[in-house]
Amino acid sequence: MSDAVKAPAPLIVLDGIRKTYNAGLPNEAEVLHGVSFSLGHGEFVALIGPSGSGKSTLLNIVGLLERASGGSYRVEGAETAGLDDAALTLRRRTSLGFVFQFHHLLPAFSALENVTLPSLMREGRVTPAARERARAVLAAVGLAQAIDKRPGELSGGMQQRVAIARALVLEPPLVLADEPTGNLDTASSDEVFALMRRMHAELGTSFLVVTHDPRLAARCDRVLELVDGRLVRDASQTATTATTATATPAAAPA
Amino acid sequence: MLGFESRVATRFLREGRMQTVLIIIGVAAGVAVVAYISALITGLQRNTIEKTLGAQAHLIISPLDDTVLAARAPASAGTRELVQTQPRAQRPASIANWQTLVPLLEAMPEVAAVSPMVSAAGLAVRGEATKAIALVGVDLDRYDRIIGLRSKVVAGVARLGPGEGIIGRDLADDLGVRVGDRVGIVTGGVNDSLRVTALVDLGVRELNRRTVIVPLRTAQSLVSLPGGATSLDLTVVDIWSAQALAGDLAARWPYKAESWQQSNAQLVSALNAQSVSTALIRGVVLVVVVLGIASVLVVSVVQKQREIGILRAMGATQGQVLRIFLLQGAIVGALGSALGVLLAVLLIGAFTYFVRGSDGLPLFNISLEPMLALRVAAIATVCGVLAAVAPARRAARLDPAQAIRL
Repeated sequence: MSDAVKAPAPLIVLDGIRKTYNAGLPNEAEVLHGVSFSLGHGEFVALIGPSGSGKSTLLNIVGLLERASGGSYRVEGAETAGLDDAALTLRRRTSLGFVFQFHHLLPAFSALENVTLPSLMREGRVTPAARERARAVLAAVGLAQAIDKRPGELSGGMQQRVAIARALVLEPPLVLADEPTGNLDTASSDEVFALMRRMHAELGTSFLVVTHDPRLAARCDRVLELVDGRLVRDASQTATTATTATATPAAAPA
Repeated sequence: MLGFESRVATRFLREGRMQTVLIIIGVAAGVAVVAYISALITGLQRNTIEKTLGAQAHLIISPLDDTVLAARAPASAGTRELVQTQPRAQRPASIANWQTLVPLLEAMPEVAAVSPMVSAAGLAVRGEATKAIALVGVDLDRYDRIIGLRSKVVAGVARLGPGEGIIGRDLADDLGVRVGDRVGIVTGGVNDSLRVTALVDLGVRELNRRTVIVPLRTAQSLVSLPGGATSLDLTVVDIWSAQALAGDLAARWPYKAESWQQSNAQLVSALNAQSVSTALIRGVVLVVVVLGIASVLVVSVVQKQREIGILRAMGATQGQVLRIFLLQGAIVGALGSALGVLLAVLLIGAFTYFVRGSDGLPLFNISLEPMLALRVAAIATVCGVLAAVAPARRAARLDPAQAIRL
């Protein structure tokens, strides 16, 4: 959405984020050179850039899976730099959802069980309410029939939809997706992407999607372009019309 | 409490069925060996001790040895004296006041039975045959409570009336004596004869060759110790308390008290050596089991790296990942030891069934005590957890960002 209707308090704020691998060793390499941007509630943002530009590293830092070597990163107002592993884990649990390129479901658990895992992890058991919620989210992604199937019995597109359901089940304010459609054919890609947009519209969840598919990037509300570890473009764009059933062009921010 | 961890742990174990089964079998084998060996050695030792103590008292009280004290002038400073004395030959001596000692001993809770005895060396004579014997004068009922004499009778009926006696079966053979015959006894220059009322098998050949049992009064007059007793035989409730009790009695009263452990020092040290080596074997087996579990779990951790990364990305703490793997160790340890105990019971059953004495009865009475089974199972479970520690820590420390890419 346009800048005028951005949410008052930003969800995440990155300021001068740097990342260096192998610091102090002969093969030391700085991968991110001072990246700064912020994301508000209810945004749908694409992160694009050529291979090796540092997109995945940036996403990992945003996702609290890696620590930045320098700069500040605040999530829901709280600085993350000084937090220990346990605190970071907790913050991940409450504020973030993940969708990866490979579906990354646990193969030994059914679709429903995969989606209830976040609640199980948090509470130590699956409450009836949590199970109901999981069913509802799976129905929302169109998989009501497949809840008891193992990932091995589902197609790539369906697996990805389960992954999206799992990412959304605890209603985190921000979902990070790393090439969510990278492993899918065109038809499935469109399906999955449309689903993400619909969830964004229905739940108001912010999405940060790494993709190198320009068609998909064009369907996001805002584009961040990373080249050689630097943010070279941060532009909003209206969600272009074309294909999908999201008839609401103005996807309302939270 | 560990709802998340246990759900994931059991599912992981089910997923890697082959490895899980392998570990469980490994643990079961180790536990079975340890339990079987323990039960076997314990049973064998118990049988050995029972046989040994079958014809012995647990504790013997006798008078202190006569010692010679040298008469010495008080030593002046700066001189050292070297004294040489001739040890005195021990004569048969009676325990002073043994009649009052007996009820005192019987009143002690550790003591099961007391039997006064007069023993002396002598000869048995029949016709031209002369055999060296150990003459033993007892009260039949009391002595029966010490060594179960009546159950050892192989011919005749055990009776010790005046002029009667019971002799070992091999001695009877050597002298050509049957129940009802007369045998001459010579001891300390005194002659007597007795009529044999029964033959006994004391379980030890040497004893069967040399033992002649007579009434207490007869022995007392043969040895010139009227009203005396050269020793008191005791049985105790717990045979393992005999040593301590002997020390206690010797400290309390001016008598010599010798436990069966002291009289059978060689046997006891052999049994101890056996116990030590059994403990060593058990220790080694457990170490092998632990290493086996650990190695399979390490492989499991490597295989599950991506899933661990996913769990961590979803918000599982390092502690939760650690507990998932520790639980896997505990579960296979518990299941393996249950199976192992079952195997041990079967092995012991087979042993008891197949190993029989010449009379067709099971040679040894071996059983697996529930406490032992429980202890071994508990140790195996703990070993399972210990084995899982290193792999679990490795899993917990995986970097989620890298693990996910695998």
